[in-house]
Amino acid sequence: MQNKTITELAQGLRSGEFSSVELTSAFLGRIRQYSSLNAYITITEELALQQAKTADARLATGNAELLTGIPMAQKDIFCTEGVKTTCGSKMLDNFIAPYNATVVDKFNSAGAVMLGKLNMDEFAMGSSNETSYYGAVKNPWDVNTVPGGSSGGSAAAVAARLAVCATGTDTGGSIRQPAALCGITGLKPTYGRVSRYGMIAYASSLDQGGPMTRSAEDAAIMLQTMAGFDPKDSTSVDVPVPDYKSGLANSLEGLSIGLPKEFFGEGLNSDVAATLEAAINEYRKLGAKVTEISMPSLKLAIPAYYVIAPAECSANLSRFDGVRFGYRCENPADLTDLYTRSRGEAFGKEVKRRILMGTYALSAGYYDAYYIKAQKIRRLISEDFKKALSEVDVIMGPVTPSTAFGLGEKMDNPIEMYLSDIYTIAINLAGVPAMSVPAGFAKGLPVGLQIIGNYFAEAKLLNIAHQYQQVTDWHTYIPSHFE
Amino acid sequence: MNSQWETVIGLEIHAQLATKSKIFSGASTAYGAEPNTQACAVDLGLPGVLPVLNEEAVRMAVIFGMAIEAHIAPYSVFARKNYFYPDLPKGYQISQMELPIVGIGHLDIDVDGVTKRIGITRAHLEEDAGKSLHENFHGLTGIDLNRAGTPLLEIVSEPEMSSAKEAVAYMRKMHELVRYLGICDGNMQEGSFRCDANVSVRPKGQKEFGTRAEIKNINSFKFVEKAINHEVERQIELIESGGKVVQETRLYDSVKDETRSMRSKEEANDYRYFPDPDLLPVLIDEDFKAKIKARLPELPQAKKQRFKEDYALDEENATLLTSSRALADYFEIVVKESESPAKMCANWVTGDLLAALNKAGLEITDSPVSDQRLAGLLKRISDDTISGKMAKQVFEDLWQGTSTADEIIAAKGLKQITDTGAIESIIDKIIADNMDQVEQYRSGKDKVFGFFVGQVMKEMQGKANPGEVNKMLKDKLK
Repeated sequence: MQNKTITELAQGLRSGEFSSVELTSAFLGRIRQYSSLNAYITITEELALQQAKTADARLATGNAELLTGIPMAQKDIFCTEGVKTTCGSKMLDNFIAPYNATVVDKFNSAGAVMLGKLNMDEFAMGSSNETSYYGAVKNPWDVNTVPGGSSGGSAAAVAARLAVCATGTDTGGSIRQPAALCGITGLKPTYGRVSRYGMIAYASSLDQGGPMTRSAEDAAIMLQTMAGFDPKDSTSVDVPVPDYKSGLANSLEGLSIGLPKEFFGEGLNSDVAATLEAAINEYRKLGAKVTEISMPSLKLAIPAYYVIAPAECSANLSRFDGVRFGYRCENPADLTDLYTRSRGEAFGKEVKRRILMGTYALSAGYYDAYYIKAQKIRRLISEDFKKALSEVDVIMGPVTPSTAFGLGEKMDNPIEMYLSDIYTIAINLAGVPAMSVPAGFAKGLPVGLQIIGNYFAEAKLLNIAHQYQQVTDWHTYIPSHFE
Repeated sequence: MNSQWETVIGLEIHAQLATKSKIFSGASTAYGAEPNTQACAVDLGLPGVLPVLNEEAVRMAVIFGMAIEAHIAPYSVFARKNYFYPDLPKGYQISQMELPIVGIGHLDIDVDGVTKRIGITRAHLEEDAGKSLHENFHGLTGIDLNRAGTPLLEIVSEPEMSSAKEAVAYMRKMHELVRYLGICDGNMQEGSFRCDANVSVRPKGQKEFGTRAEIKNINSFKFVEKAINHEVERQIELIESGGKVVQETRLYDSVKDETRSMRSKEEANDYRYFPDPDLLPVLIDEDFKAKIKARLPELPQAKKQRFKEDYALDEENATLLTSSRALADYFEIVVKESESPAKMCANWVTGDLLAALNKAGLEITDSPVSDQRLAGLLKRISDDTISGKMAKQVFEDLWQGTSTADEIIAAKGLKQITDTGAIESIIDKIIADNMDQVEQYRSGKDKVFGFFVGQVMKEMQGKANPGEVNKMLKDKLK
């Protein structure tokens, strides 16, 4: 049951093969059984069973949607009314939002069942899920390795069948990188496609929520529910949401794929490169034309990102001051003490590092040299993508330079950790959509293929991923201990 | 003040915009609610919430920009001003820095009969912070976030005022303007209109500015004058005794009538402004501006000019009557409805009515005598139903009660007698009874005329039309 896709489960629920309560109970059982993965921060068992019951009633009326009764989970960055939302931080260990994120509301009205809240890097800052206050998440393919981050709990839960699907958020690769390292399908939509309301901000101009699933078809179903203009988010874009499923079967005959030479140079693990080469060959067989392209500004993406994202986060995280909600230090002597100890005691090392970097970059005398310059680079990168995507339909490349690395391996070397997002960060700076699709294995660990499209071309990306998944079975592999 | 010194003043005025809801949330802006009952999740800065710009605030800023003939930015940007304070929920204030919505404009002020044009550097939109309450919390501080997110328009002048008197004139003029435009209620006690003053002195004739001090949060015209005068004196004394003015922020203490240092430039925050990524740039096109222009009310200067021309009012009355839009509207309704001469209407409004309002401490908008009711009274003066003297009596009753002038006149039997037959028979009787006086008058003693008028009026209980009585008496006594 746990290996079925959303479409298959929806059929099962309708044919009476199983109820949502049965399905939900089965997943809750697996979550308990595999709690050592540490994928969940909060398990909402009671709520889930209640939602499942309601879903069963709705299914009986014949007025159900595809997601009705499907047990899924939310990254713990999406605010859930009445259920703790921690963002992976000690700072919000006691925070219960009085409202739902728009994304959560949308899943609720679709009748989806929420199993719980998923572990993540603290405030989405990290590429290994090791910065979480609630401890590292383990990669189901090898529990000594990281699942990636920041949506590491989401990726591990979906890969280990602890949820049918999950939400993630992606600021610099936080959906795609863990999806690649855990062998699942992840989509970062165009910036503005999915509402950010109620999604705790890390870097507002880059953050974007998206689906993390086992197949492109499931991702299409999830995105259908998540996408759309939200009057509560000024940066969400008011363009119509297409039917993402309807184009999945389109032929790829004549599709033009660009491979940026900057993506396949030094730094890319050779096993990963060979796996990707095989995947691209599959596309050739499907009728695609592959050409090499050049995007010279890509090499500037990491330094630009590590100015812009910390700058925005330094302001976004100022509201965590111990005054109105969240952690407050014991017996503050005065106001300054309240601020410094509350923040000092509740924020982790990586969060502090980024707040300090951002504060520095915005300081008088440094603003032009850092922030303004980074914005110029961001424009150059956007131009590069626009130009490339006017010449080819999609861009393909790696998601990560290597497969999952060992737990603890990069924690003392932030620069090396930052470099694990080298192929994903530029996409956020440009704001275009991109996917990670399981493309095989290197030494037993999953490898992801990245597919990057033009603004609002999610339907095309899903079509391209789906066609590949029709002729390959990488996305159906199950980590051996989680069958 | 001191003839060797010259004062340079620039003002930053914060006008609270009269929108129904806050600038970035749907919470109400009404004043005086229980603490923290008008602060929603967005105002509280809870995690994950996002600001959405209130278009009404933009519209009001554009109205203001047009009124001061300023450049309206087709592209303006909200920025985050970062600092920690308990009544600033997000740890940053959403304001505008590099690209404000209103650019360079001007305002003309009149001081001692001379008109001076004061440049306005810019005006930008921003959100207000909450309030820290230091009393009644046993050494702790209470935070009320009802005001957090209230829309403000910060209006920055050029340093072009050279005396406290000019600064007050500018502040008053601005106060009048924003109320005219209907974009600010101007209530200074509630903090809807307040200012910071940048003050410096320099030896007469020197071109470079002296070092300035900024006096924060002055909320009355009286205090702005006192605070500036005090600060100018302090700076001059300091320099003359060999000291140096340091750039700093000072606070005016209205009780002690002095300014004291809050923080120096060295202690000043680095606000680390940067564009707010949660908000899109504000784009204003010609169409948006044209729609606002069409609805722009007549401005005080133009209205004053029109009052002088159309109603033949003198400078004093025209100035007084156009000092607020409500008063001007009141006056115009009275003229129209009473069908009376404008000059008489002006005298009644600026005289009896304003005097009564001042005495009662009321605004024109709260006047117990509505424009319609006053018009009803003046109509009866101009059609000779009652005399001006009797009208004063009726006005008293209008003020006290709810009856119309006609009802009061009828109830009190004040209707003036203009029936010439009735007046004539009384006059004939008086003349017959007082032949001695008639002789005196006829022999040239003009003063006796008053005696006859008095006798007639007495006989007729004051209800005779005085004009008619005069005319007839003169005829009969010939």
